[in-house]
Amino acid sequence: MSENHVKSLLETPLKVVNIGLESFSEALVEQGVEVVHLDWIPPGGGDPKLADLLSKLE
Amino acid sequence: MSAAAANGAAAGTAIVINQLRKGFYLDSVALMRFSRSIAAMPGVEEAALMMGTPANRRIMADAGLLNQTGEAAGGGDLILAIRAKTRPSAEQALTQSQALLDQPAAPGVGATAWRPRTLRAAVKHLPEANLALISVPGDFAIAEARKAIRRGLHAMIFSDNVSLAAEAALKQEAQTLGRLVMGPDCGTAIINGAPLAFANNVPRGAVGIIGASGTGIQEVSCLIGQYGGGISHAIGVGGRDLANEIGGVSTLMALDALASDAATAHLVLISKPPPAAVMARVLERVAGMGKPVTVCFIGAGIMPMPVNATQVFSLKDAARTALGLRQNGDTTPLKAPSDIRAPAERIAGQNTVRGLFSGGTLCAEAQAIFIAADARVASNAPIPGAGQIPATPPGHQLLDLGDDSYTRGRPHPMIDPMVRDQPIIDALSDGAVAVILLDLVIGFGAHHDPAGHLAATVMTHRQQDGPVVIASVTGTEADPQIRSVQIAKLEAAGIHVAPTNADAAAWSLLAAGPTVAA
Amino acid sequence: MQRIDDANRQAMDRILSADPVLVDVIPAAEAIPTLQDRMILHAGPPVDWERMCGPMRGAVAGIAVFEGWAADLQEAEAMAGAGAFDFQPNHHFDAVGPMTGMTTAGQWVMVVENRRFGNRAYCTINEGLGKVMRFGGNDAEVLDRLRWLRDSFGPAMGRALRSGDGVPLKSLVARGLSMGDEMHQRNVACTGLMLRALAPALAATADDTAGLSKALAFIGGNDQFFLNIAMTMGKAIMDPVRGIDGSSLVTAMSRNGTDFGIRVSGTGDTWFTAPVEMPEGLYFPGFTEADANPDMGDSTIVETIGLGGFAMGAAPAVAGFVGAGSASDAANFTRAMGEITYGDNPEWSIPGLDYLGVPTGIDIRLVVETGLAPTINTGIAHREPGIGQVGAGVVRAPMACFEAALQAFAASVGVA
Repeated sequence: MSENHVKSLLETPLKVVNIGLESFSEALVEQGVEVVHLDWIPPGGGDPKLADLLSKLE
Repeated sequence: MSAAAANGAAAGTAIVINQLRKGFYLDSVALMRFSRSIAAMPGVEEAALMMGTPANRRIMADAGLLNQTGEAAGGGDLILAIRAKTRPSAEQALTQSQALLDQPAAPGVGATAWRPRTLRAAVKHLPEANLALISVPGDFAIAEARKAIRRGLHAMIFSDNVSLAAEAALKQEAQTLGRLVMGPDCGTAIINGAPLAFANNVPRGAVGIIGASGTGIQEVSCLIGQYGGGISHAIGVGGRDLANEIGGVSTLMALDALASDAATAHLVLISKPPPAAVMARVLERVAGMGKPVTVCFIGAGIMPMPVNATQVFSLKDAARTALGLRQNGDTTPLKAPSDIRAPAERIAGQNTVRGLFSGGTLCAEAQAIFIAADARVASNAPIPGAGQIPATPPGHQLLDLGDDSYTRGRPHPMIDPMVRDQPIIDALSDGAVAVILLDLVIGFGAHHDPAGHLAATVMTHRQQDGPVVIASVTGTEADPQIRSVQIAKLEAAGIHVAPTNADAAAWSLLAAGPTVAA
Repeated sequence: MQRIDDANRQAMDRILSADPVLVDVIPAAEAIPTLQDRMILHAGPPVDWERMCGPMRGAVAGIAVFEGWAADLQEAEAMAGAGAFDFQPNHHFDAVGPMTGMTTAGQWVMVVENRRFGNRAYCTINEGLGKVMRFGGNDAEVLDRLRWLRDSFGPAMGRALRSGDGVPLKSLVARGLSMGDEMHQRNVACTGLMLRALAPALAATADDTAGLSKALAFIGGNDQFFLNIAMTMGKAIMDPVRGIDGSSLVTAMSRNGTDFGIRVSGTGDTWFTAPVEMPEGLYFPGFTEADANPDMGDSTIVETIGLGGFAMGAAPAVAGFVGAGSASDAANFTRAMGEITYGDNPEWSIPGLDYLGVPTGIDIRLVVETGLAPTINTGIAHREPGIGQVGAGVVRAPMACFEAALQAFAASVGVA
């Protein structure tokens, strides 16, 4: 197994990218946590065929 | 405005209207709230605003909400579907739905603030980002988590409906990359004092928690706070991390991290009983970590523990043991308040407990208390020793209303307490029910006033000589809803509030009497 | 995929290491030896007379009269309908053209040389605003101006450029960005900088002061003079990026008023097309969107190199003109385009965005993934022939082009 970076997660101030429910962002902001909220939409406009193709081309 | 014209069709005597918005995305919680307020309009039988994925279309078809317009929708299209008694009511509901969708975003968000659409752009914007908190639908959640760990972030996946195979593949890659994946179906975490998703505002302290359950972590962390202790970190791993297919990848990584974490002096591990092979691996890691560990496998029997570990059987005892307030073998005396109606005063046949839980682990803990008291109990989410509903004959029933089978297409009862109304109303008028047992979970992410809602429901629908209602409140004084305020509202409505979920379960057994003992 | 990452890195290196210099103005027939008599190069992907929109037909008729192939507009249209002209896209001849994009043998073209790679690109001289051939205008005033460009201004500008070492464009554009230009809708700063660079040599090589005065006034009086130079530069920068196996970056975006087309490095010279969309924007008094022709022109080459709609954050004034709204909205356009591009161009930065480089290297994978189509700043032509420009606005590249390109690209790297 390679290096476990979880320890450093616990020792560093949390900085969050929030993908989904906006209320989770709001709670973090209230607690003074730095957070970027994504304007997320389903990849490929929700077309499963395109999403599949995109994942293979990553 | 809408991409397709409204299309009305009669289903029986009712009117069904579908309309599409092409490429319009809104998250499902917001849509469900809209659906609910539309469904409540006069003359409306059923209403749903949903993205047009095949699964959603099936749900809507089953609900008699879909016509050929909705059937033609794609996954990126929003379907507005209404079934009403008359065409004017249907059209009024459609107009109202459009108005809800078109209302401007809440002020204060900053109308011109830029928001990245992709993780890639977000990380460019916040290069020190170290955690992605993911709550998009299941299939997408895995893809986003994969992107996150490949960019060096850790991931917390709140979403459920992820296949076991996808979870296993993701966690194996995360292990290789040394990144932690909390979830899928991880409801709660507290990292470095920051509450994530459904978490409470608990004091910081020396106890580290690793839990395969959101409400389990919430109850234990809140009780630790209540008892004068505090939390270093609470790491959720998702309900299936200890399954054989996953092998406890995240649990083991979390154990290693907390073992070497200077802020953590004592660990609490909360889970359903894991399969033998995984359990052996986890306990082996526990044995090697050089810090005291409290192990709470809810529903498990007594098992051999490493010398540095103590096994407990309830969340309450997990909190007390972690703080050194309880010695091995010490059991809390159970004493119900004297004002709970004595069994002798009950009317004939009124002798069962109906538990209606929003928290899965709180439901499991209550079952464990019942089984330890030799009371026969059944559940839709049974622990070992409990019967499976509906196969089990009537008796004490402890239901997990947050279970997938209840939440599909509806909000979780912790977000929207209204979901629990009908089961409560049914139980209040059920002649076989002596006690209604409830949990109330507050904190970040939860409804802003679940006690106010519950009190109103109970006061409106309670009947002469109906069942008593016993509840507990999982939360803290520092939570937005304020625990003592919530308790006061419940007590003002005549609801008995126990100090912990375990106590509430014990009280309910005492109040129901010994009639249904196994 | 490592193969795609490597190819895109190479493509981006070629974009960023380009060294475009305006070196000459010469007859199109000399610049493009394969440009035959009665051959008409037009904007966008291939289109035949039957499918050409109104303004492009108007421009075809006008240019046929200008070239002397027809006596009047009616005869020109009849000849076009009878197949007398060979219609070809500019892009197939190292050229670009704004809006209708008419390029024929008898016009003079500007030459931009990419000194890093040695290739050259060509474009006609910008005619000014109002009723002009690029918007389908074709009356006597329009044709007279084309003749003056051919007989007087083009040769004068060529002489001036040949008397020196040309005008390096990269640094000039960098300064223009810091002065509020985005090089598609707004070129006033770059036009001024170009006039400053050219004036001494124009004066030194002039035949007579009256002609010189008219030439200087023409440049100084046309805020969009630099647009055609920016386009030529864009073509010169992007041509060496074509045909890199495995690269998912866009090398050209272009429209003919009927179809929008893109080319992708890894899929060579194939056009992926979809019906063009209608721009959203502001109209000149007396016109409404009912008068508007769908999106048109090769000018989207500037967005392909990170300017125009991609550099909107540099030009808040344009954001208002195109109806996008506030200055922060302008910045948001640029940031959003950063989500679909390989990276930033550090040499072309935007002061108002903390010197963020313009987003560069459109990756079709990111376009399809994010659902963010490239934002294009554009002029709007009247849909009838002969009328000209009626407004300006913003238009999105159709997503269908990128989806089709993605499928073909996937096949090109062995993914189905």
